[in-house]
Amino acid sequence: MEYLSLFVKSIFVDNMIFAYFLGMCSYLAVSKNVKTANGLGIAVIFVLLITLPVNYLLNKFVLQPGALSWLGESFANVDLSFLSFILFIAVIAAIVQVVEMVVEKFLPSLYSSLGIFLPLIAVNCAILGGSLFMQQRDFAGFGEATVYALGSGIGWYLAIVTLAAIREKMAYSNVPSALKGTGIAFITVGLMGIAFMAFMGISL
Amino acid sequence: MAQKLKETILNPILKGNPITVLILGVCSSLAVTVELKGACVMALSVIIVTGVSSLICSLLRKTIPNRARIIIQLVVVAMMVILVDQVLKAFAYAIDKQLSVYIGLIITNCIVMGRIEAFALGNKPWPSLLDGVANGVGYGLILVIVAFFRELLGSGTLFGFPVLSSLGYVNNGLMILPPMALILIGCIIWVHRSIDKSLQEK
Repeated sequence: MEYLSLFVKSIFVDNMIFAYFLGMCSYLAVSKNVKTANGLGIAVIFVLLITLPVNYLLNKFVLQPGALSWLGESFANVDLSFLSFILFIAVIAAIVQVVEMVVEKFLPSLYSSLGIFLPLIAVNCAILGGSLFMQQRDFAGFGEATVYALGSGIGWYLAIVTLAAIREKMAYSNVPSALKGTGIAFITVGLMGIAFMAFMGISL
Repeated sequence: MAQKLKETILNPILKGNPITVLILGVCSSLAVTVELKGACVMALSVIIVTGVSSLICSLLRKTIPNRARIIIQLVVVAMMVILVDQVLKAFAYAIDKQLSVYIGLIITNCIVMGRIEAFALGNKPWPSLLDGVANGVGYGLILVIVAFFRELLGSGTLFGFPVLSSLGYVNNGLMILPPMALILIGCIIWVHRSIDKSLQEK
């Protein structure tokens, strides 16, 4: 039950885009049509689902204050948390590289649809942001971290596909020329964010 | 030469502003604009990180192998961000807590990587430093404008000092909520592109 509430909360209430603006750059750049948005969204779910649990383990067994105590008594006071940025980003970059190679070798059809997006994702704020939120919120276990990764990935996917669909329709409407393109996209995302705030009152 | 340097400094602030024109680095910027103080600290951190990492990458540009450049850039940027984060933790702990993960997210801020890729790897250290700083300023400018309106209209204060609330202004709670930052940026883009018509999209 706890997992379910965390899952729903990370999709709707703590939505990566509407509540924290994470991954905004690629969100606005790649949401011009539904097909590519779909590809990027799935790639984000996929990478979050792999990197976040790995970073959870890294945080628990290497970075946290006292995490190194499994090495012996003398390591019990070591606090490596200042290294977390550099290690998280290294893990993400490495995993993205490995995932890209594995997918290319074993799932060529998936690779041709995700291909160009995978390397882009290494510098997507949503991925690093997910790991940093995981560290900040201090999740109780491996399961929780995984559920959080899945939920926030799906939330991001939902947001990008909806925006892409709206922008496809908006191509036919008469927008003031100075607002065309990115200007109106920003305002649309803002309005969508206000709509999403309706979920905030829900407590599970 | 002097003309070119001036161009390097002015272009990112006005005509090629990273946020309103290039749409880079929006990720970490919007959430810190609830208050002017946080926005100023964030802007300053980004200016330092973009400036110094551009400088370092430019100094290293002849030794960085082309294939491994992304990971080397990430390491340089991450190192700078760790330094900034540690300094903030030591001297401004409350603000560091308030900015939470967004300081760490400067690493994946597209402006930093984008400027290193596009400028620092092909130019001498001094112009690279100026380019990095100027882009940071262009970014910080938008941040401060957004934060000014959000704090003024949302809490009636500026830098925590009451301004509008003493005049009987009723705070608009909507301005503090995340979606308004996006709408404000949309409006800034609108104004910017109405003035400079060459930036309009077809």
